[in-house]
Amino acid sequence: MAFLSYLINGLSLGSVYAIIALGYTMVYGIAKMLNFAHGDIMMVGAFVAFFALNSFGLPVVVSVILSMLATTCLGVVIERLAYKPLRQASSLSVLITAIGVSYFLQNGAQLLWSSSTKVFPSIIASGSLRLFGGALSISYLTLVTITACIAVMVCLTLFINKTKTGMAMRACSEDKGAATLMGINVNRIISITFAIGSGIAALAAVLLCATYPTLSPTLGSMPGIKAFTAAVFGGIGSIPGAFLGGLMLGVIEILAKAYVSTQLSDAIVFAVLIIVLLIKPTGLLGKKLSEKV
Amino acid sequence: MKNKKSFVGNLFSRTYRSRTISFLIIIVGYILIELLLKTGNLSSMFQSLLVPVTCYIVAALGLNLNVGVSGELNLGQAGFMSLGAFMGICVSGALSSAIPNGLIRLVIAIVLGALIASVLGFVIGVPVLKLQGDYLAIVTLAFGEIIKSLINNMYVGIDPNGFQFSFVENKLSLAPGGKMLISGPMGATGTNRIATFSVGVVLILIALVIVYNLIYSRSGRAIQACRDNRIAAESVGIHVANTKMLAFVVSAGLAGAAGALYGLNYSTLIPAKFDFNLSILILVYVVLGGLGNMTGTIISTIVLVLLPELLRGLQDYRMLIYAVILIVMMILSNNEKVKNLLSLLHQKLSFGKTKEAEANE
Repeated sequence: MAFLSYLINGLSLGSVYAIIALGYTMVYGIAKMLNFAHGDIMMVGAFVAFFALNSFGLPVVVSVILSMLATTCLGVVIERLAYKPLRQASSLSVLITAIGVSYFLQNGAQLLWSSSTKVFPSIIASGSLRLFGGALSISYLTLVTITACIAVMVCLTLFINKTKTGMAMRACSEDKGAATLMGINVNRIISITFAIGSGIAALAAVLLCATYPTLSPTLGSMPGIKAFTAAVFGGIGSIPGAFLGGLMLGVIEILAKAYVSTQLSDAIVFAVLIIVLLIKPTGLLGKKLSEKV
Repeated sequence: MKNKKSFVGNLFSRTYRSRTISFLIIIVGYILIELLLKTGNLSSMFQSLLVPVTCYIVAALGLNLNVGVSGELNLGQAGFMSLGAFMGICVSGALSSAIPNGLIRLVIAIVLGALIASVLGFVIGVPVLKLQGDYLAIVTLAFGEIIKSLINNMYVGIDPNGFQFSFVENKLSLAPGGKMLISGPMGATGTNRIATFSVGVVLILIALVIVYNLIYSRSGRAIQACRDNRIAAESVGIHVANTKMLAFVVSAGLAGAAGALYGLNYSTLIPAKFDFNLSILILVYVVLGGLGNMTGTIISTIVLVLLPELLRGLQDYRMLIYAVILIVMMILSNNEKVKNLLSLLHQKLSFGKTKEAEANE
């Protein structure tokens, strides 16, 4: 029973990773760039939600929507100002720019909100669901997190497979030139991708802070790296891959903490990643691209 | 006489110009700084930056060999530095009574730091270099994090009976006269600060000799061939894996040497210092200086280390401005108009030079 409870905790943490990883993977799939500022966009979302809840006393749902709107705008603005001029540049230049944006957000947050840690208010009733005669208890927070992740995943899949914009996004990720010829406004699609990715990052931020309620300007960096790892784990650019990668990463981390060592859990997570990549060099669900001569 | 002229001419020929300029910058810079130090015109803040700058330059030169010349994005350079640093600290601590001379101990520490980092570079390189592109980048990131995590949980002490190791929990009970060298997340404390700026400069010169000799050699051309077109390189009989491994191992070794120097420059050093952010910082030096351009790496490292200090007058805003400068520099260097302007300027300058040369003849 202990194992099952660890597994569920792992799925809950993994859900948060999966939502962040979805943002990473969508941006990578379409803009072909590693958006290292993604974790910091998430951090901004957490702060917006914190102030909406604490200073303005807004209801939870309104705060979450507000913070999602804020990060959506932030994502689009960053894309316009920093990444758009670099469309034709080498991927390394874009990577460094993303790092610059990440520094900017972290230090901006530090100036605006000071570097002292803040405590995130609890947003979900602290009860728990008892199963098997009380042997297994799942907190409501865990249930909400996992449900939110599944909901995001389902909505995104439907959006990408069923709507016209989604089809345009798939076209852009396959071949930008051909997509342009078909009358798709590639720049608009890239903006939309950034908007969606950044918006769901705020949701992940709120869920993460509800579980680990300390807030600081560097909040986004470690989950950012983990989510990036999760995206690669599942095969970067693949949406089901990010979902699977995030969940697996969370489960591995919690199980490693429970059964091996708390201090070494990060090392174990990364070791598993390396092993997976050695066996499947393009991640679990990544497409194998053959090289053209 | 004629020979001498051609030798000097050769130094400034198109192929070797950048090498000569690199060496000149380092030597002239060293002389200038020594003069400033002797006359007491260098503030203590800048003095404290001297050794770290040399460390960053060496690590960045190594990374440029990997990212710029070999074309493989490495996000784990800090891991190799960490390994070199803590190896160096252990070696220096162990030899402190046997070899009282700080300089000799420092050299031994640097050599061993470089050695262990290269060995690990080789071990990691075998699986890593099978991957490509972003997948390779994330695996180097993962290895960097693993190294940090392992050193964070390592306890090393020394007593008259020799080295004592412990992992995850501190179970060491040292005999009298023993001392802790690495104590887990607390890192190394009470290290003898034996690193000197002069040794750092010599290390840069050695790194430059290694890197340039490699680039101008047959192996160096093979490395660049693998970067430019893997399949074409394979088809002319270059062993791609071995060639890339060479660049990876040399890069790791240089990072290890830099780390050893860095570690012995501080009396306390925590393993968390060598995190992902440090790897990124060094990558920024390399990319901003220009991929494959060693002179650029040296200049950009010096400028970017000094920049936050020079911006100190702006207090809290300095890192914000640093970030903005980083973004603006990247956007400008990729802007078509700016590029055209620069090439026009370059053309005019070189045109002037050829005219001069013609006039001289």
